[in-house]
Order: sequence, then C-alpha cells, then structure tokens
Amino acid sequence: MSKAINPPAPGATDPKIIRNFCIIAHIDHGKSTLADRMLQITGIVDPRHMRAQYLDRMDIERERGITIKSQAVRLPFVADDNETYVLNLIDTPGHVDFTYEVSRSLAACEGAILLVDAAQGIEAQTLANLYLALENNLTIIPVLNKIDLPAAQPEKYAAEIAHIIGCDPESVLKVSAKTGVGVEELLNEVVKQVPAPVGDPDAPARALIFDSVYDTYRGVVTYVRVIDGRIPERDRIKMMSTGETHETLEVGVISPDPVSSKAIGVGEVGYLITGVKDVRQSRVGDTVTLAAKPAAESLGGYRDPVPMVFSGLYPLDGSDYPELREALDKLKLNDAALVYEPETSVALGFGFRCGFLGLLHLEIVRERLEREFNLDLISTAPNVVYRVVMDDGKEIIVTNPSEFPGGKIAEVHEPMVRSTILTPSEFVGAIMELCQTRRGNLLGMDYLSEDRVEMRYTLPLAEIVFDFFDQLKSKTRGYASLDYEPTGEQSADLVKVDILLHGDPVDAFSAIVHRDKAYNYGVAMAAKLKDLIPRQQFEVPIQAAIGARIIARETIRAIRKDVLAKCYGGDISRKRKLLEKQKEGKKRMKMVGRVEVPQEAFIAALSTDENAAKAKAK
Amino acid sequence: MRTLSAYVHIPFCASRCGYCDFNTYTAAELQRDGTSITTATYPDRVIAEVNWLRKDQASDNRAISTVFFGGGTPTLIDSKELVRILQSLKSTYGFTDDVEVTTEANPDSVTLQDLEILRAGGFTRVSFGHQSSAANVLALLERTHTPGKTWQAVSDARNAGFEHVSVDLIYGSPGETDSDLSETLDQVSAADVDHVSAYSLIVEPGTRLAARVARGEVPNPSDDVAAHRYELIDAKLQSLGMTWYEVSNWSKPGGECRHNIAYWRNQDWLGIGPGAHAHSAGTRSWNLKHPAAWAARVDEGISASAESEVLELSDIRHEEIMLGLRLREGLALSTLEDSGYAQAQLAVSEGLLDPVAFEEGKAILTFQGRLLADGLVARLWA
Repeated sequence: MSKAINPPAPGATDPKIIRNFCIIAHIDHGKSTLADRMLQITGIVDPRHMRAQYLDRMDIERERGITIKSQAVRLPFVADDNETYVLNLIDTPGHVDFTYEVSRSLAACEGAILLVDAAQGIEAQTLANLYLALENNLTIIPVLNKIDLPAAQPEKYAAEIAHIIGCDPESVLKVSAKTGVGVEELLNEVVKQVPAPVGDPDAPARALIFDSVYDTYRGVVTYVRVIDGRIPERDRIKMMSTGETHETLEVGVISPDPVSSKAIGVGEVGYLITGVKDVRQSRVGDTVTLAAKPAAESLGGYRDPVPMVFSGLYPLDGSDYPELREALDKLKLNDAALVYEPETSVALGFGFRCGFLGLLHLEIVRERLEREFNLDLISTAPNVVYRVVMDDGKEIIVTNPSEFPGGKIAEVHEPMVRSTILTPSEFVGAIMELCQTRRGNLLGMDYLSEDRVEMRYTLPLAEIVFDFFDQLKSKTRGYASLDYEPTGEQSADLVKVDILLHGDPVDAFSAIVHRDKAYNYGVAMAAKLKDLIPRQQFEVPIQAAIGARIIARETIRAIRKDVLAKCYGGDISRKRKLLEKQKEGKKRMKMVGRVEVPQEAFIAALSTDENAAKAKAK
Repeated sequence: MRTLSAYVHIPFCASRCGYCDFNTYTAAELQRDGTSITTATYPDRVIAEVNWLRKDQASDNRAISTVFFGGGTPTLIDSKELVRILQSLKSTYGFTDDVEVTTEANPDSVTLQDLEILRAGGFTRVSFGHQSSAANVLALLERTHTPGKTWQAVSDARNAGFEHVSVDLIYGSPGETDSDLSETLDQVSAADVDHVSAYSLIVEPGTRLAARVARGEVPNPSDDVAAHRYELIDAKLQSLGMTWYEVSNWSKPGGECRHNIAYWRNQDWLGIGPGAHAHSAGTRSWNLKHPAAWAARVDEGISASAESEVLELSDIRHEEIMLGLRLREGLALSTLEDSGYAQAQLAVSEGLLDPVAFEEGKAILTFQGRLLADGLVARLWA
C-alpha cells in the first residue's frame, strides 16, 4: 500500500471516511508494538524516526511496557478499495485501576481490536475491558498476536475467543505485530467492519473528553472525540459538568505529533488547548460544548474519580517533606484521580495520606515521585475506605486506620468488588480456597475453553489490597489473572488492631481487619517486628491490641553487651571509624517513644503489600 | 605534655590460630611470600627503624616511659635480641627512671632462662597468652599450649624477678561453658599474677573461625553469654583483690599496665615494625603491613609509614571520649558538648554512669555501663 498523498484535512473530513477504534489488550500482549507497526505502515512516522513503543511517552510506560495515559493518533490510510480513510487509533490504558478511563476511551470509539497473545490466551483484565466494549456496542475485531512465537497456539485461542464473543473461530485474524505480518490486512478490516461515526454536524457542539494531560509548556492538553457539531480554534468552550468556560487557544490532531487546525469536526478525534494548568479543569468523561451555543444535554457518563485505596507516603529523610509536597502538587496537575492531604505519624514523621484509584495507581505515583523527583519514600500498608456508623447514628468515614473510632460502633461498612479470575482449570481448587479465606463469595464460573475457567467472586476490596495478588500468583504459578470493579459495600465485623512498642502505639502498623483475622495479624506483625527491631538497652514489649485488649505479645530482650574488645596494636582510628559508622546508622533510626527503630524495619514490616503492588504491576 | 611510649611489633608466630586476624606470619608463610625476613634477620631491621625514627624526630626530647613488645609472638625472637632492640630504644630516646617494659609471651615458647635474660636486660613486665584452661576451647581457638604450661611460665617469670605478671584470657568462645570459664578463673586465682586482660571472642572476618561460623560448624558466640561470662570474670577477679581499671583489664593495686593506660589517655607513642600504629600530637600513622614491604623501606633508609591521618578537632574529641570512657578513672564531663552532657545525664538515670562521680564532674561507667560502653560512646559524641 502507499502513503496517502493528500490526507484529508482536520476539521473538513467527511465522517464517512473516519474510523475510530481502540485496541483492547493485556499488558505485554503487544498493543504498543502493534500501534508502532500501524504508524509505520500508514507512513506517518518516517522509518528513521521510528522508536519502539512510539506512543508511550513516559519513561515508566516504556520500561514497564504498559500504557498509563491514552492518546489518540490520526492515521491516514489508503485501503484496498483505493480510497483514503482517516483511522483514529485511541490508545487505552490496560489496567484494572483505570477502568473508568478505559470506559471513556471506549465511548469515543465505534470499534475495538481485541488483541490476544497467541501463546497465552485472554487475560482477566482484557475480558473485563471486552465486556465494557460490548456494553458500549463497539464492533469487535478479534486478533491473535505473536503468531510467530514457537509457543503460539492460534487454533486453541481462536476457539477460546470465538467462544467468548460468539463469532466464528475462522474470523479471528492472526498477526505478528513484531514482524508486521497481517497488520495491513487488519487495517483493511478496521475500514470494512468498524462503522463510520454518525453525528449531527449542525447540532450544538458536543465533544467527549477521553483524556487530558498536563504539559509543562502548553498547559493541559485535552483529548476529545467530537460527537456533534464542531470545535473551532479561538472560540469559547464550556465544560458541561462545571459550567466553566475557556478559550480554545489551539485545536488539532495528533499524527503522531500535534498538527494544529482551524477546527475539529463531527466524528473526529483531536486535542484542544485552553491554557488551563490543572487536569481537574478538564476532566475525563466531561462534555465540551460551545459557550455561545451550548448543547442542551451532556453526553452523559461523567463520573468524578473516586479514590479506592489510601496509603501514607512519607519521605525517608524528614527534611524532604517540602519536596514531597511540591512533587505531589506537580503530579496532581496531570492526575485528576490523585488526592492527598498532610498527615503526621508518630513513627514516620510528616507525610501525606494519599488516595488512589487502586494499587497500581499507588505504585505508579510512588515510582514517579521517586524517579522524577528523586525522593526516597516509605509507604504505609494500603487500606480501603470504611464507613463507620456509631450507636448514636453519627457516621465517620475512615481513610486511615488510626482514625478508626474507639467508641460505641453500631456498624462498619467496607467496599466490595466484583472480581473476575481467569485461570487454567487445574488451579480452581486453590483459588476457591484462597477466595474463601479472603471472605469471598462465589458468583459463578464458566469454562472459556477445555482447560481455562472464568471464576467470578465478590470480595472485600480490603482483602485484595492485602497481598491477594501475591497469593493468587503463587498459588497458580503465575497463570491466573484478575480483574475487579467496585460493587457497593457490605457491613462486616471489622476491628482495628494496634501495634504497641514499649506501650506506645505505632500508628503506621495499625490495621483494620476482620475480627476473625485480628489475632493472626497481631501475632504475625509482632513476630515480624521482633526480628526487625534491634535490641535496646531495655526490654521492649511488642503488643498487638484491639482497644485495650492485648491479643498478642512478643518481647525484645534488652541488649546486654555491645562493647568491643581491644584496640589492636593501638589502632585507634579503626575503632573510632567503626563507632562513627554505627552512629551514622543510628541517625537513620526513628524514635518511637524511647525505642530506636531503623527505617528498614518499617519498610520491611510494611513490605508484604508493597510486593503485592509490584506483582500486580508486572 | 604528653608522655612518649613505644610499641614494637613482632610479626611472627609458630602457627596461626584460627580466630586471629593480627598482622602476623608463620615462617612458612614468609618463605612462600619470598621474603628474606626471619626471626634472625628481623632485629637488625627493627633497630634500623628505631634509628631512622630518632633522626626523623630529632627535636623530640622526651624520654620513653613505657615500651610494649607485642605480636605475633615476641618470644619467638631470641631473648638476647629482644634485649638488644630494647637497648637501641634506650640509647636513642632514653628511658624515664620508672620505665615499664612489657613483652607478650607464649607459654609454649619461653623458658626460665629466656625470662632471666629479659628481666636482666630491662624488661619489667610479662604478659602470657593463656586464653583458657579448657581443652575444648583451646582446641577451638587452635592454641597449641596445654593449660599447665602457663602456670609454669608464670612461676618462672616470678623466679626470674618479674614484679608484674599478666595473663590474657578469651571468653565467650563457641562451646565454652560457664564451668570451663570457672575452671580457668580458679587456675588464675592459684597463680601469682597481678594483672588479667580478658577479651570476649570476636569472630573477625577473613579468619578460619569466621569461615567455620559461616559454614555453620560452630555457633556464633552470643552477646548474652559473653555478658554473663564478663560478670563471672569481674566477680572472681574482684575476690582476688583485682579491680578493673579499663573495660577489659583488671589488676592488683600498682599492677596496671601503664602502656595500656597511655593508649586510653591518648598519649603519644612510636610504632615500630610492620603494621605498627603510632600517635603523635594529633596525627595517627601506621606502617606498611607486610614484613617484606616494611623491610624494603627500612633497608632503603626511608619512612616505613603507609599512611597517616591528621585528626580534626572533632576526631580528637571523639577519640578522647571513646578512650577515656573505658577507664575507671573516667572522662571529664567538661570534654562533652551540651548535647553529650545531656546524654550523660540520661545515662546516669539509665544506670550506665556512676551518679556520685557524675556529681564530681566525671563520667565513670557502672558495671552495666562497662558492657554497653560502645553505644554510650556514640551517644556522648552527640
């Protein structure tokens, strides 16, 4: 095929030749590679400038092979019928924490490529996003990728996909994004199968925001899909959820670098820049209209991002606190879902209680803070949001275990999720056992193919946040995958377990757990701390308590001797340096009451959940 | 004015003990390294270094007040040669009237005749490396002497006219029991010694013992056990009329090792021989470690020093606290800065420092404080 010679101009493109589509895929099933290949085949990226995973702009995305922020790229394409089409590839985030963002990206499309690794089959998150796409009435084009791999089993997985979406296995396309085999055919199928957008060019403008990104030089860049009418440059637009108005300083399309235009028209996908500096003023899911002639109704579906998981972030070095604040302020410009407020911890000093969409979101924010802002951080064990109803009817929202009330509690409500686990059938028993210990409730299970099963559970989110991924992965040798979405709350017998060191509660270790598990948590935490905290000059009891009741106890015996023998041959320097080094080590200790606790002890004691977050991100 | 001492290092041993990381070599090792240094050729090199040092420090007119021959095993050198080395120090620097001259000695390699020669040649004090009376402990430490030899040597030393006789003990070795230690202490009490040094076994990296501990063949000695053994030692020695004058050293009145005290009081000393450390007016220096490298410098008539460190004021203060706190005479509280003083006050309440001495302006360790001195030092630096 050839490169389009005179690509249709943005703002003046007939909707009939537009195809808006996205790729639904699991992490590392090859979405970014496929997107790269599309850029190459349509000729919009010079081969000399091609670099792997072109569309993933952030370092972290490139390194982890995952896409956090979606972007849209306009690909002019001369199809088999010799007509020139405009393909808008809308890149979707591929992760459970970003379900809402995914749903908005999907709402901007008429079709979706379901991309599945021919050696691994479909994964839970892909399945969840597929269901979302089906709910949005998108045309699905099923594709198996990596058919060049020796381990590929295209027939098996084609049958699996066909079973799930109800199509003929023969219609599943087979490509290798790596070598390019089948990619051009795929683009032709997109042209053939994905419906052209339909919208009213003369109606009051309505455009869906499916992403907004903060850029240091330009301010917020908002990505929109125009549903009706057109969005011109140098005009006043209105955000329908807030009623705020802004001037469009620039509008355009990405191909794959920004190209400004006079307008973006009906059915098109593009960007607009208004000069606002905070993505909160340009929220994903909101409807953009023109201030002078506003639409009567928004496109619907807008939702404020709701933080589901909270964690305290503390600088290892207390003097970095102002830097942490500044870094969070900057990240916030680009992350409408991130919330935080200052908090102090007896154990960890000054920090912030931060709210995240989920564990991956937490991990990404933490990693960006460490990498882009050069901060060393401790994060406390992630916890969910509890709604505590007191006997007198008063309600308290708890985002930090240390705020859990001590008085007369009538009921505690915890958030629940509906989860989907895909697994080889041999692990069904192990997963049932795991979910049972995590207070799960089996909703049903289906065989996707002979040996692959979809299991559906409701689970308390708190149980997932507490090392569920680690356990799931280790019980299934890494084969099972998980997706979940919030599904209300339930009342449960939950208690706060405090950990006391020498009588002083260590706030960072308090946890809200089910009463049946309180004892185990207390015993495990006390034992862990006993090993991690060095002996002091006095005996240090470690206690786990529910209210005033002690449920577990360990004792760190007093150190009796630290003195080193002689200074051999008058080697005073060596001894002095040794003691100086020891003293340096002590400086990094935190005082809990009179007890010196090394930073490493806090990190290690809080580590289970950190590992879980990492396992999940992999 | 600071006093001047001299440390003479004798880097030879008949065999290497499994726990030892000292700068010492067997004849076989030296031969393998291709050096011509032997116990016979060594004394001339030492005397050459003494002469060189004297010339280098011609303006220092202090006489030497203590000399210590350490090792290694000094008594592997012919006694007359040790005396000849001592004479070279005396003729170059001069000695104070009450000069103390100590040599370490291995009970295995010293005879009554040797001891008589040493005593007649000006040595005043001898310190025997006894370590333990328990055969299992001696075997673990890879010491070659049988316990009885030490007591024979002590008696020989007395007969040769030595006024001060000391033994070194090592406690807290893997496999040592409380009764092993009691047996050792009973033998000490029966012997005519006026000084005991007792060190808890430290598993030093790179030693055979460390390798055995790493392989799990022997357990790592526990600090709790060591603390308990220290209690046993302190109690027994007190009953013998010995009191601690430094954390690891006990003596009868007048039996203190003045050379040792000179270290803790941060005085000046010459370091002679391979790897020997020296201290002079705020500068610490140390010689090249290997006997061959050291000897090559001496033969060329240039300094054998490997490196030196000019101490900053803060280093000096740190050292004064670190050293002074270990002595029974204690540390003047005026040495401490405000934050260190506050820590000292706290340490009194914790039972680590003596409250009466504190009122008198001194930081003196209590019994418990002696066992926890290192941690306290770091706090007093503050």
